[in-house]
Amino acid sequence: MTELQRLREAFRTALDLPADEPVDDLRYQDHEKWDSLAHMSLVAAIEDEFSVMIDTDDVINMSSFAEAARILGKYGVDVK
Amino acid sequence: MRVALVTGASRGIGRAVADRLAEQGHRLVLHGHDPERIAAAAGEITAKFGVTVVHAAGDIADPATSRALARLSFDTFKRLDALVVNAGTHAAGMLGMTPDATVERLFAVNAAGAAYTLQNAVRLLARGQSPAVVLTASVTGDQGVAGQAVYAASKAAVAGLTRSAAKELGPRGIRVNAVAPGFITTDMLDSLDEAGRAERIAHTALGRLGTAGEVADVIVFLLSEQARFVTGQILGVDGGLTL
Repeated sequence: MTELQRLREAFRTALDLPADEPVDDLRYQDHEKWDSLAHMSLVAAIEDEFSVMIDTDDVINMSSFAEAARILGKYGVDVK
Repeated sequence: MRVALVTGASRGIGRAVADRLAEQGHRLVLHGHDPERIAAAAGEITAKFGVTVVHAAGDIADPATSRALARLSFDTFKRLDALVVNAGTHAAGMLGMTPDATVERLFAVNAAGAAYTLQNAVRLLARGQSPAVVLTASVTGDQGVAGQAVYAASKAAVAGLTRSAAKELGPRGIRVNAVAPGFITTDMLDSLDEAGRAERIAHTALGRLGTAGEVADVIVFLLSEQARFVTGQILGVDGGLTL
């Protein structure tokens, strides 16, 4: 599984989305299941999946799937 | 075994808590301001109790310190079951005679430092088993003490943080409480003169200063399963000072 597929799976699992739902265009609070409470679960799921600890500023800035992929790059995870 | 992070663990109340948790078999992440002192404390605890202890040093007023502690906890244990937000500083000073730097330092360490520590640990606690937090407030934060207005204000902030965090984190299964020590025989009391100490004792129903171990015992209780229905409380450990 590629890093991109792992990130998609983390999003689907944390936000309780169907396995076939596209997530690449998801944006924070644009989707009914991605609210502030779910955001903390999502961050934890990403941390667990990639074994990284994400700083508070990055948690705040993680406003979309694309931004999550970019932020992971700071922690040495190349999401492609 | 449970995993606990204790800040301000080199000495005083924090060290006493670390000793008790290690005695119960907790694995520990310890923080101290001074690198040599916290390394020594960690070594002594490991040697005495045979538990895994990792440690880091830094100024808790700098958010980078609690970020590093969270990362150390994550890298070593992946979670926290217990958090003791204890690092603090004390300074007495009359209003109109307290330097700006002292005002800033008291709030930076006691209030902002506590908020940084809790904020950076919260996702680790969410992964924990029966997670619980205890912060070290102070009787002065609720009652006020002449000559310690700024210190009292900084500790009142800890009480507000405790109650708010208890409401916010309760639905996620995380309990948050605080202890409010009265006058305890720690290094922090060194800033009071002998007359000040005598006055404090005179106002304490039990007629003596408390010990760090007596506060630590209450912290360990609040972290334990015995306190599983207790959250959002500021528990006085003051020998009757506030009666």
